[in-house]
Amino acid sequence: MIRNGSIIQPRFHVHRSTECVNCRKCIAECSFGVHSWDEKNKRMKADSSKCVDCQRCVVYCPVDALSITRNENIMHPNHAWCEDSLNEIYRQAETGGVLLSSMGAPDRKVPSYFPRILLNASQVTNPSIDPLREPMETTTFIGRRPESIERDLNGKLIDNLPPHLELKEPIMFAAMSYGAVSLNVHKALAMASEALGTYWNTGEGGLHEDLYKYGKNTIVQVASGRFGVHPDYLSAGAAVEIKIGQGAKPGIGGHLTGAKIHGDIAKTRMVPEGIDAISPAPHHDIYSIEDLRQLVSMIKEATNYTKPVIVKVAAVHNIAPIASGIARSGADIIEIDGFRGGTGAAPVRIRDNVGIPIELALAAVDQRLRDEHIRSQISIIASGSIRNSADAAKAIALGADAVSIGTAALCALGCHLCASCQTGKCAWGIATQEGDLMKRLDPEKGAERLYNLVHAWKREIEEIMGGMGINSIEALRGNRLALRGVGLTQKELDVLGIKHAGE
Amino acid sequence: MEIINAKGMDQGDLCALIKKERHLDIEIRNCCGQRYIGCGMKKTRINIIGTPGNALGAFLDGASITVDGNAEDAVGDTMNCGSIFIDGSVGDAAGYAMRGGKIFVHGNAGYRAGVNMKAYKDKSPLLVIGGKAGSFLGEYLAGGTIIVLGLHNPKNTPLTGYFCGNGMYNGKIYLRTTERPIGLSKHLLMNKVGEEEKETILRPVIMEFAAAFKEDPEKILKADFIAVEPDPENRYRELYAAI
Repeated sequence: MIRNGSIIQPRFHVHRSTECVNCRKCIAECSFGVHSWDEKNKRMKADSSKCVDCQRCVVYCPVDALSITRNENIMHPNHAWCEDSLNEIYRQAETGGVLLSSMGAPDRKVPSYFPRILLNASQVTNPSIDPLREPMETTTFIGRRPESIERDLNGKLIDNLPPHLELKEPIMFAAMSYGAVSLNVHKALAMASEALGTYWNTGEGGLHEDLYKYGKNTIVQVASGRFGVHPDYLSAGAAVEIKIGQGAKPGIGGHLTGAKIHGDIAKTRMVPEGIDAISPAPHHDIYSIEDLRQLVSMIKEATNYTKPVIVKVAAVHNIAPIASGIARSGADIIEIDGFRGGTGAAPVRIRDNVGIPIELALAAVDQRLRDEHIRSQISIIASGSIRNSADAAKAIALGADAVSIGTAALCALGCHLCASCQTGKCAWGIATQEGDLMKRLDPEKGAERLYNLVHAWKREIEEIMGGMGINSIEALRGNRLALRGVGLTQKELDVLGIKHAGE
Repeated sequence: MEIINAKGMDQGDLCALIKKERHLDIEIRNCCGQRYIGCGMKKTRINIIGTPGNALGAFLDGASITVDGNAEDAVGDTMNCGSIFIDGSVGDAAGYAMRGGKIFVHGNAGYRAGVNMKAYKDKSPLLVIGGKAGSFLGEYLAGGTIIVLGLHNPKNTPLTGYFCGNGMYNGKIYLRTTERPIGLSKHLLMNKVGEEEKETILRPVIMEFAAAFKEDPEKILKADFIAVEPDPENRYRELYAAI
C-alpha cells in the first residue's frame, strides 16, 4: 500500500503468533512505534513499515509470540537491479537526499578475507602447548621502540624507551564518541577496560567528567572538530589518538545535529546546546605529513612527552605509503580501520564503496614498513570487522600488534546491527540519548558482558597459539607462515603475503 | 623576569627550559624558528623577541604570549584560553579550532585563519587581524569573533581571499571595508555594522588592539565595517535520507 505518498514497501514483516497474550510488552519495548493496541478489534497490531529489525520486541516477548522476517513480497527478480537498489532509487526520488545509514558495510560482494585464511597447528614436531596447564603470554606492549639501545659510560643500560601502553590481551575497544553512543556505553567500556587491563577510546566527543577516573585505561581522541579538547583532557588518558579517518567513511567528516547536543553532551564536547557540531572532513591544520608531525609534536609537548600518540587512518588504496609517512611523523602507533568498520552514521555510498578490506591493508602496511626497516619502531592496531578471536589471531599474524573492536563490543552490549544508529532511537539503549532508552543499558552488567567477551577471546587466542606451539603473542605477530589461504587468487595471496593451503 | 637567550637553541631544549622555569614572566630573545613555544601552558607570561616557529601557543590554556616580530603557522591552534599578541604577521592556520582566548595580529594572516573556531559558555574566541587575511578565513566557523581591519593597505586590495566564511554556521566575521568578500557563499549574510554594534562590540576590541600596537583607535573606528554571519533563513538544509 501507499504510505505517506511513498511507494517503498516495508523491508521487514512482523509476525505475531496466537501465543500472544496482549501483554503489550512489545509496545513498551519498541522505540520505533511498530506495535499498538487496536481498541476496536481488541487485538495487538503491528506496522511493519516502521520496523528496523532490531529484535528488541522478539527478545523481550514473554511468550515468544513475535518473529520478524524479510518482507516475503518479491519484487521482480533482477540481479542487476536488486530489491535494495530499487528501494534506494525510490527513496532518493521521493526525498532528494543523500542516503544515510550506520554500522559497517553489509555488502556481500566485497569479499571478507578472514574466513578464507586458515591458521596452522603443530603436529609431531614443535609440540603444541596446553594453555590451561602451561604459561601463555598474551600481554602486548604498544608504542614506539628506540632504534638502538644506549649505554652510559659504565656500560649500564640507559632507559630510552618512549611511553608505552600495556595490554593484558591484544584486544582493545574502538573509538565511539559520547553523543553517538550513550554515557552508559562509555561507562561499560571504561569499567570493562579497567577489569581487563586494556583500553577504551573516547572517540571525538570528549571525556565525560565522571569518567576521568578511568584515565589510565582511556585513550582520548583528537579529531578535526577538536571537541572537548584541552590540555587537561589530553593529559587525562593513557594515550592520545589523532583521528584522521575511519573505515566506514574515509574522507568524510562528522555532523552531530543540534537536536542531539544537549546537557552533558554539550558540556563534554564543549559546544553550545542545540547547535550542530561539525567535524570538517580534514583537519584544516594538517595538509601534509609534515603538518601531521606538527600536531603529533604539539600533543607530545602539551603532555610533556608522557603519552604515546596514535594516528588512526582508514584503509585506502595507498595505505602503505601513508602508513610509512605516519611512522615517520613521530607517531608511536598507527591504527588502520578497514572497509567494514562501523559508524554511528555514514553516507551509504561512501560506506559501501570507499576503502579497502583491513586484511589486505594490514598485510600491505606491515610489508612496506618491514621493507623500509621501520616496522620494529612503531606499533600497528588493526580494526574494521574483527568478529571473533580467530579474526584477531589472523590479524596479528598478518602484522598487527593488537586489534580494536567496536561493532563486536556493541553486540556484546545487545546491539543487533539494525543499522539505525543515526535515528537516535536505539531500542537497546546504545546509540541513543533518550532518557528511558538509555536506562535499558545497565553499565555494570554491560561491563561484565564486555569482560566476558574479551576474556573468552583471550582464552581462545591462547588455544590457537598453543595449538601452533607458540607460547607468546610476540611469536604470532607478523608470523605469516602460520597462515594459508583457501580459494584466493595468486594476486590476493601475494598481497596478503601468505601461501595457498597445501603449499 | 627571566631572560632566555634562544640563539642556536634546539626546539626541544627551549620548550623544556620554559616549562622548567619557575618564573611566571619569561623573555625569550633571539628566537629563531623554535616550534611549540608555550604549548598547553596555563599561567606564564612569555615575551618573545625574534620569530617563533610553528604552533606557537597551541592548546594554550591561560598563559599570555607577546611576540615582537612575525610568527609562523598554526598560532594558537586549538587554544582554550589566554592571549597571544603578535606585532607582525602570522602564517597559515592561525587560531584553528580555538575555543577561547584571544589572538591579536598587527600585520597580515595567511591562509585558513580562524577555521573551525567555536564558543562554549563564557568562552568566546577572538581573532583580530590588523592587516589582511588569506583565503579560507573563518571556514566552518562555529562560534567566536574574527575581525579583519585592513590597515597598512595602501593599494586598497580586498581584505580577504577566496571562500571567506565558507561553511560557517555560528559566530561572526567583521571586516573593516564596505566591499563584499570575493565569492561570498549564499548561505551567508553580509550587513553594514551599525553605530551601536560598533560602539559596544568593536570599540573595546579596537581600543585593546590600538593600545597593544600603538595605532590610533579613532582612525580605525572612523571607517565602515561589515559583518558576515550565517543566514538563519538559508541554513544547510537537511541533506540526508535514511534507509
